[in-house]
Amino acid sequence: MNKAIITVVGKDTVGILAKTCTYLAENGINILDIAQTVVQGYFNMMMVVDLPETSRPFGEIAGGLAKTGEEMGLQVKCQKAEIFEKMHRI
Amino acid sequence: MINISEVIETNKMIQDENLDVRTITMGVSLLDCADASVAECRRKICAKLKRCAGRLVETGDAIASEFGVPIVNKRVSVTPAAAVGASCCRSPQDFVDIARTLDDAARDLGVNFLGGFSAVVSKGMTPADELLIRSIPEALASTERICSSVNVGSTKTGIDMDAVRLMGETVKAAAERTKDRDSIACAKLVVLCNAPDDNPFMAGAFHGVSEGDAVVNVGVSGPGVVKCALAQIPGADFETLCETVKRTAFKITRVGQLVAQEASRRLGVPFGIIDLSLAPTPAVGDSVADILREIGVEHPGAPGTTAALALLNDQVKKGGVMASSYVGGLSGAFIPVSEDQGMIDAVQAGALTIEKLEAMTCVCSVGLDMIAIPGDTSAAAIAGIIADEAAIGMVNQKTTAVRVIPVSGKRAGDTVEFGGLLGHAPVMPVNTFDCSRLIARKGRIPAPIHSFKN
Repeated sequence: MNKAIITVVGKDTVGILAKTCTYLAENGINILDIAQTVVQGYFNMMMVVDLPETSRPFGEIAGGLAKTGEEMGLQVKCQKAEIFEKMHRI
Repeated sequence: MINISEVIETNKMIQDENLDVRTITMGVSLLDCADASVAECRRKICAKLKRCAGRLVETGDAIASEFGVPIVNKRVSVTPAAAVGASCCRSPQDFVDIARTLDDAARDLGVNFLGGFSAVVSKGMTPADELLIRSIPEALASTERICSSVNVGSTKTGIDMDAVRLMGETVKAAAERTKDRDSIACAKLVVLCNAPDDNPFMAGAFHGVSEGDAVVNVGVSGPGVVKCALAQIPGADFETLCETVKRTAFKITRVGQLVAQEASRRLGVPFGIIDLSLAPTPAVGDSVADILREIGVEHPGAPGTTAALALLNDQVKKGGVMASSYVGGLSGAFIPVSEDQGMIDAVQAGALTIEKLEAMTCVCSVGLDMIAIPGDTSAAAIAGIIADEAAIGMVNQKTTAVRVIPVSGKRAGDTVEFGGLLGHAPVMPVNTFDCSRLIARKGRIPAPIHSFKN
């Protein structure tokens, strides 16, 4: 499994989840888990996804997500999950 | 499963607290490039570097983008050039030609610095070592990305005082040769004692002869992260303070370990070591001095600074060691002046002197680093400073270094601008009493008694 973490940060607005999920669905990316919280007035969402082997290159997916985010005035990042697993798990 | 607060914490470190991987440095052995002809040696060097490090920059950029963590520098270190050129270089100019070849190769690879224009002369100099040292001013003046280092002593061998004297003159000559550029050559020249073979940080990086053919070493950073973690626990007792530094250092180092393993896998080159260093940059919030202030001194240099630095250095190691399978290099807190805004502020406030910095180097990972001194400082005085630092390193069985810049035409209190990562620096006064009779003595200082462990 090729796990990645997508984070969405910004002002809460209608359709954040819908638009992000639509982009993922169009690219055949399965969502494993979703969590959200509000920190210091900002909407924070985290998705754990599985990038299929047949997926477009990682940079393109991350770029597409960032662009989707920009259209909503949000910061959307896609990072491989290992950075979080390594930092917080022994 | 990773939870959202952990994800937010990691990304906050990266975005707001300047967490980054400071450098991926590929060490490449050039021993097999030695040849009886300078031209052939240069051709072999180019071919070897291209073959081994051709994909270094693109690989580093790809890893940075996929993990979302900046990898600030991609660099190369090579076998000390004095050893590589020993069989063909007959004059300092031959070594300058080697330096230019290395510079061209560095530019082609896209790396911002290449270290290893070096000589290891801790017990004595070969003719090639001496030729290389004499070529350093011209080599650094006529190249852009080359870093040079000379190891003049070690705990096992003592200090080669002939090399120390020659390095005092060389630093001075390098400053003079680049006087139109604030003596910038000296910012790329470091004199070491107990230099490690696997240091990924410039200017002292070289690929020691004890290393394999090629290796990936990674230097982590993150003083801003440690400072922010300490800011959450104001006035806490030492146990809590130390635990916090350790925990933070662990997390920072794990990122370095991940990046190192990934780079090693993708480049098909063995992973060498992680250098657990807190390396500051001139950016606000990326300062080791700020950590010392957070621990409780008004400015670095105030009484208590050495104790605070000793504590910090030790806890960074204790936290980092468990996070990585191999630790090496310099590993500790760096205290350069020009590259750390908090240090610059301390000098300008009158809190920090060279003598206090010297004391601080007894308990942290390197030495007198990126310190601008008056242009009229004599070669003997610079050699004296080098000898002092080398003695600290030799006796305390640790790496020490001197990277001072006697800025031509400048006096104490003036400011110099080196630009970029090298930063800017106030010129610090040097004790003007004479040491030339000490420096004029020939030979070497014997190894200390505690080096005899066999």
